[in-house]
Amino acid sequence: MSEILTVQNISHIYSAGTPFERAAVKNISLSVQEGEFVGLIGHTGSGKSTLVQHFNGLLKPTSGTVLVDGQDIHASKEATRRARFQVGLVFQYPEYQLFEETVYKDIAFGPRNMGLDEGEIDRRVRTAAQQVGLPEDALEVSPFDLSGGQKRRAALAGVFAMEPRLLVLDEPMAGLDPVGREEILQCIERFRRVSGAAVLFVTHSMEDAARVSDRLIVLNQGEILMQGSPAEVFSNSQALTAAGLDIPTVTRLFIELRRRGLPLSPAVYTVPQALAEILRLKNGGEGEVC
Amino acid sequence: MLKDITLGQFFPGSSLLHRLDPRAKLVAVVLFVVSLFISSSFWGYALCFLFLAWCVHISRISPKMILKSLRPLVIILIFTGVLNMLYTPGEAIFHFWIFNITKEGIFNAAFMIFRIVLLIAATSMLTYTTSPIALTDALERLLGPLKKLHVPVHEFAMMMTIALRFIPTLIEETDKIMSAQKARGADFDSGSLIDRAKALVPILVPLFVSAFRRADELATAMECRLYHGGEGRTRLNTLVMAPRDWGALAFMAAFCLLVMNAQRIAAVVL
Repeated sequence: MSEILTVQNISHIYSAGTPFERAAVKNISLSVQEGEFVGLIGHTGSGKSTLVQHFNGLLKPTSGTVLVDGQDIHASKEATRRARFQVGLVFQYPEYQLFEETVYKDIAFGPRNMGLDEGEIDRRVRTAAQQVGLPEDALEVSPFDLSGGQKRRAALAGVFAMEPRLLVLDEPMAGLDPVGREEILQCIERFRRVSGAAVLFVTHSMEDAARVSDRLIVLNQGEILMQGSPAEVFSNSQALTAAGLDIPTVTRLFIELRRRGLPLSPAVYTVPQALAEILRLKNGGEGEVC
Repeated sequence: MLKDITLGQFFPGSSLLHRLDPRAKLVAVVLFVVSLFISSSFWGYALCFLFLAWCVHISRISPKMILKSLRPLVIILIFTGVLNMLYTPGEAIFHFWIFNITKEGIFNAAFMIFRIVLLIAATSMLTYTTSPIALTDALERLLGPLKKLHVPVHEFAMMMTIALRFIPTLIEETDKIMSAQKARGADFDSGSLIDRAKALVPILVPLFVSAFRRADELATAMECRLYHGGEGRTRLNTLVMAPRDWGALAFMAAFCLLVMNAQRIAAVVL
């Protein structure tokens, strides 16, 4: 597997040289492999949103380099533009960027900017709409007539239609009810399955991050606190709590049970895992559980 | 990028100028501007300049900020200067083709430019040392008597306060929408003028939609708290004129008279 995104020692300082100077991102290095699902977790103000805007060249790092597919994205204007299309970025509350007369035209905005021909644009719009579960007849209505959840999915489709090789989502589920959250997660999963793209998913919800990610990166005050598989990260619950982050409820329960003397693994972070772990304990040593 | 716009920017501080009642400051600036316009002599301008320089000094606002507030006016200043220089009749000192440059013209141009510079600098000093909220409060109080003529003074002041309050919010919003559209490959910096105007549509439509949404939300929030206009409304911080505010006004009135008679006084003294 090759690296689709490589970030080398980037820092970003806001209002440099004024009394308001503030480093939002400090000397961060990370990489995302082709097809990987990475969760980026951090508390509010930890620099998550600033960091992800470097991945497609919207922000230029004060120092350090960003490579997409091995190419420095600030090497030339063309390189930056190429990065825009290879790294699809979905902002927080993306439904606020809808603007066209019809949903179809709005989804087509990205592909059209890429300079694709009409046939290809049409194929991409329809594929993306399908991936986000928008019915055919919704394509011809105004995006402002859709429901909240549908708007969000239409905005998502606008980025899916660019068929990026790395999809970056900044809190894609913020402000949605549990059903809406589930729908968005399914859209992302579907897109990933079909396109084989890598996904980097920014969230402050440990539960969501734990459920879907292959690897987690934890950000605290503009620096990487730790990274690794969900099991590795959640087994280090003390550091997470110190950074003001919640650990999944299941993990908290298991840590407490362990503290009370049950030989359970501390690296449990989803309900199915918890079930398996309890069954293992029950079948393995009947006497120990109650 | 958008954040660099200075729009009546307020610099918090604790100098005498910051602490003056905003009503007193507003009237004082009006008096200063009047002085500027009735002054017709070198000494009058010199007095105005020295007084303003002293104000800048005690307010602890960097003179650079004052210069920054003048930058957008450079073209107007040059234009005024050139027009005054060319169209003032008098003793010609330079002549070419149909243009006569006169001694009076040069003096006129210099005075005119100086006058505008001082005018802008003085009004900038007002907005630099007074928060927008205090300023609208002051306007509401000063225009209060107009209520008797059924002018909705309170409503205007409230509209102004709300507009000022939302400027930074909308700037931030614009930044965000621009980034989002750029992420979808929108290009704002190249192409013909028409292309660029068209490229603004993806920013303006969401911006308007969100401005209307915010307005709606704010109206609901205000109604929930039973806002019903200015009738019988009390304030958390009532403006009170302290002795130093009256003092400042008396000083400005005296200053006005002094500037008016600067020429005569100078003639007597010198």
